[in-house]
Formats: sequence, structure tokens, C-alpha cells
Amino acid sequence: MLDQLDELYRDVILDHFKASAHRGEAPGASFRAEGHNPLCGDDLTFTATMKDGRFGQVRFTGKGCAISQATASMFSAQLEGKTVEQTGRLIRAMKALMQGETLEASVDLGDLEALAGVRKFPVRIKCAALSWNAIEQGLQNLHQSRAEGSRP
Amino acid sequence: MLDVTRIRQDFPILARRVHGKPLVYLDNAATTQKPRQVIEALVTYYSQHNANIHRGLHALAEEATAAYEGARERAARFLNAQTRGVVFTRNATEAINLFAQAWGRANLKPGDEILLTEMEHHSNLVPWQLVAQATGAQLRFAQITDDGRLEVERVRRVLTPKTKVVAFTLMSNVLGTITPAAELVRLAHAQGALVLVDGAQAVPHMPVDFAALGCDVLVASAHKMLGPTGVGVLAARPDLLESMEPFLGGGEMIADVQLTSATWNEVPWKFEAGTPHIGGVIAFGEALAYLERLGMANVRQHAMDLTRYALERLAAVPGIMLYGPRDVVQRGGAVSFNLEGLHPHDVGTVLDGEGVAVRAGHHCAKPLMRRLGVAATVRASFYLYNTREEVDRLVEALRAAQAFFNRPVRSAA
Repeated sequence: MLDQLDELYRDVILDHFKASAHRGEAPGASFRAEGHNPLCGDDLTFTATMKDGRFGQVRFTGKGCAISQATASMFSAQLEGKTVEQTGRLIRAMKALMQGETLEASVDLGDLEALAGVRKFPVRIKCAALSWNAIEQGLQNLHQSRAEGSRP
Repeated sequence: MLDVTRIRQDFPILARRVHGKPLVYLDNAATTQKPRQVIEALVTYYSQHNANIHRGLHALAEEATAAYEGARERAARFLNAQTRGVVFTRNATEAINLFAQAWGRANLKPGDEILLTEMEHHSNLVPWQLVAQATGAQLRFAQITDDGRLEVERVRRVLTPKTKVVAFTLMSNVLGTITPAAELVRLAHAQGALVLVDGAQAVPHMPVDFAALGCDVLVASAHKMLGPTGVGVLAARPDLLESMEPFLGGGEMIADVQLTSATWNEVPWKFEAGTPHIGGVIAFGEALAYLERLGMANVRQHAMDLTRYALERLAAVPGIMLYGPRDVVQRGGAVSFNLEGLHPHDVGTVLDGEGVAVRAGHHCAKPLMRRLGVAATVRASFYLYNTREEVDRLVEALRAAQAFFNRPVRSAA
């Protein structure tokens, strides 16, 4: 069991949890996404600058367990510089990782790879998933508001 | 005094190992484990007596009916209520909904007030929200003290002639707080309000006397007191039940049925529409017999001894925040706490790894969490089979969790 706990809470996860370089708000953000898990009370808010369809600086605020907060930190880091299309691929890759499925070879997960241990703790998957569900929703909202904004 | 060593032999699950460690089950406020007497009652019912009740003329139907009604008599005796006032439901939640709907819809109107407390379980909050929305009645709340007690004076402050019903827990599922119920009942009755007491946590852990409390309705839950899931109890004044319209319609609850109308069976059957959880109710009767043999005063004494020990040991853990009253006379064995810098879910996961089962979360009491200023807590809750050694295991596991999360980690950046 201790091995599994070490797998769940790898050093890199605890490090992101305790001292994230991405905690805060991105100045001049044009992208905003919120995630809330009413069952455990976890809250996340992502803010980011966007230019030419790419994420610039990505920051998050929120409270919750080590898994949810570390995921938000690692996800923020991984989003920076990515296009919307690349972000979609990253989100699909994270979902596949939680299902234990093989990943698209072209997706670099960076520190997010450390979340592989979460899938052995099914009740904790939602803690990690809060980040990409929030970003996915945020991108949909962005898409919709642009679609509405471009109407004649 | 309880002979806990002997009691533990009655509970097969306590011999289990979890993640390679002996199980320490401290989630009793969620549900308790079952003694073999209760498990055997279920097996005996299904292998020897299974039949539908109140309607067959054959031997099995008579046996099943007698056992089911026997459990009702035992429940009435256990609570010191009248047999005609004891209704079996699916759970305590359904019992509260039954009263809130069947009584509330007919008796509440705009301008009336429903008085609750800040520390109610969602099951004694949301049913009242629904009936308030349906009738236009207003919800009012008695505030608790910072250490989680309910003072009579604070209830007096919000009790008015508009208050038509007061509903509160007898023992908080989060803080363990025991409320001054008998005094609150007197106050409420003096204003002409009815009183529902939520005994889901109290009835399993201390002697509860419906007649002595003087309340109008008392609810309890079988699975929190050694019985099976799927059985709840509503104990009420029979004349109150008689004055109420049915909650659910169907078989069993009728006297006569025409195509467009029906008349109602007598109480309590008027409120038991459809085939109930017969085997579960019969097994619940065995759970009550088990508790009667031990003696509820002894069960309560054990809870106080163990809670006192647990509070002492927990208070010595560095960085711990304990919620609820410290005086064990004013509380039961549900102990909520947080460890500084650690989220309850992370603590719960590490405790599980040590074989220690606790609850981490909002405990179906989100308004109380907000009142305490936390998103969630860790809760250890004890029962008659728990020991001081298990409290020690809990404390060791908490220290292990702190060591685990506070370990030096390599920097990612």
C-alpha cells in the first residue's frame, strides 16, 4: 500500500502542491475557466492570456486536495504555448491516462505524467479531472462567445 | 461496562485485513457493522419464512407477519413509544420527508415558520426546504456556538408564535454535539409548535426515550445501529399520525379502494405503502435485541470513555484542529478534525492505507461546514466494538500522514 501511496503522491506532485510557480492570476487575462466539485468542495479558477489562438501565461487559484491543486499547477505549466487544438489533444491524453489506455505518442505530458498513479485510486480521479474539465468548459465558452460575437 | 473483546467476536467483518493491516473501522456515524445475529436473522428469514406480510392466509405469511410486527413492538419498546406510532420507512431521510410532506403540506401556509439549526444533516434540511417552497412557509435557523453547542437561549431568540414546527438533531453527525432536546421541546410546545427530533445519530449511541423527550416525532435509522440498510423508523404520537394524510399511496395503506377514490388503513399501516423491507425490519429487531442485551446506558458509557480518550490523544497531535464540544457529557463519539496544511481527502487516503477507515468530506452538512469555515473535515466515529488500541492506531496513522506529506521532496522547477 505504501508503494501505491508513493505512486499517488509522487514527489513532483507534492512539490507542485506546496510551492506552485503557477499559483495566482495572469495579468491581462482574456481566458478564464472555473471548476468546482460540489462533493468535496474543491474549487479552481484558471486565468490565461491568449494570443493568436495560443495560451500565453497560465495561472490558477483555488483550494482543495493535493491531487487537485498539483494537477492545476502542472496543467497550467503544460498549457503555456499550446494552441486550442493541442490543448484538446492534451485533454484527451489525460483522460486516456486515467483510463489506463495507450497515449498518442505525439503528446508530451511533462510533469503530468506523474498522475499515472491516480488511476489506482478511482475515487481520486475526479480530483485530477477537475482541471481538464474546467479548461474544456472554458474553451467551449470561449468558442461560443466568439461565435456569438461574430454574428452580423 | 461492555466486554468489548467478546462483542468483537460477534462481528465477522472486524477480523478483516485492509491493505494488509487489521481493519480499524471508525466510520460508524456513516453506517455501523453488523453482528452475526443480525446477519443470521436475514438468512433465516429468507431461508425459512419468506412471504409477503398482512395478506397471505398461508403459514409462511403468518410467520413473516408475526416477525415483522414483532420488530415493530420491539422498536416501540426500545424507544418507549406506542406501537401504533411506529412507522417503518426506507431510512431516517424518508421518515423526515414523510412527516415534512404529509404534515407540512396540510398545515403550513405563507407566514408560518419552520425552525431548524445550523448543524442539521442535509436530510433534516432539504425536506424542509421543499415543503417551504411548496407552502410559502419560511425557514428560520438557530445559531450554534463556536464550539458547536446548541444553547437553549439561542433557540428561544428565534422561536416565535409564527413557528409551527421545530426540527433538530439530538446528536450532530459532524460534531457529536448532544442538544438539550427535552428543554427545547418544552419551549416549542409552549409556542404551540410541533417538534421533530432527528435521532439518526443519538438513538444508536445513548438511551433515547420518546415519551420522556415529549417530542411529536422522532426518527432513527436501522443501519446506524447494527441493523441492515433500507430500514428507517418514524416514531410519532398516534393521534398526530391519524390526523395526517398519507405520504405514499399503494397497497397495504388502504382500507377500501374504488376506481376514483380510496379510504385509508389504520395507523401505522396508513404510512407503509407497498411491500416493505420485511427481512430488513426483522433483522433490525435482532439488532435492537442485541443493543438491549448490552444495555444502552453501557453503550453510552463506553462511548464517553472512548471519546474522552480519543480527544486527549488527538489534542496532542501537532497541528490538529478539533471541532465540537470537548466535554464528553455534551457529545457523542463522532469526532471531526483537520490537520494543518493537509486536505481531509489526502488524510483519508493515507489513513485507508493504514487500514483505518474514517470519513473525509462535508458529512452531508454543507451549511455547518461553512459555519465552521472549512470545506471539509476528517471524522472518526466510534461504536461499541471500538477499543483504545484502535484510537492509538488512528493517532499513529495521522502522524504517519503528516510525516508522509511533510517529507522533503525534490523541486520540480
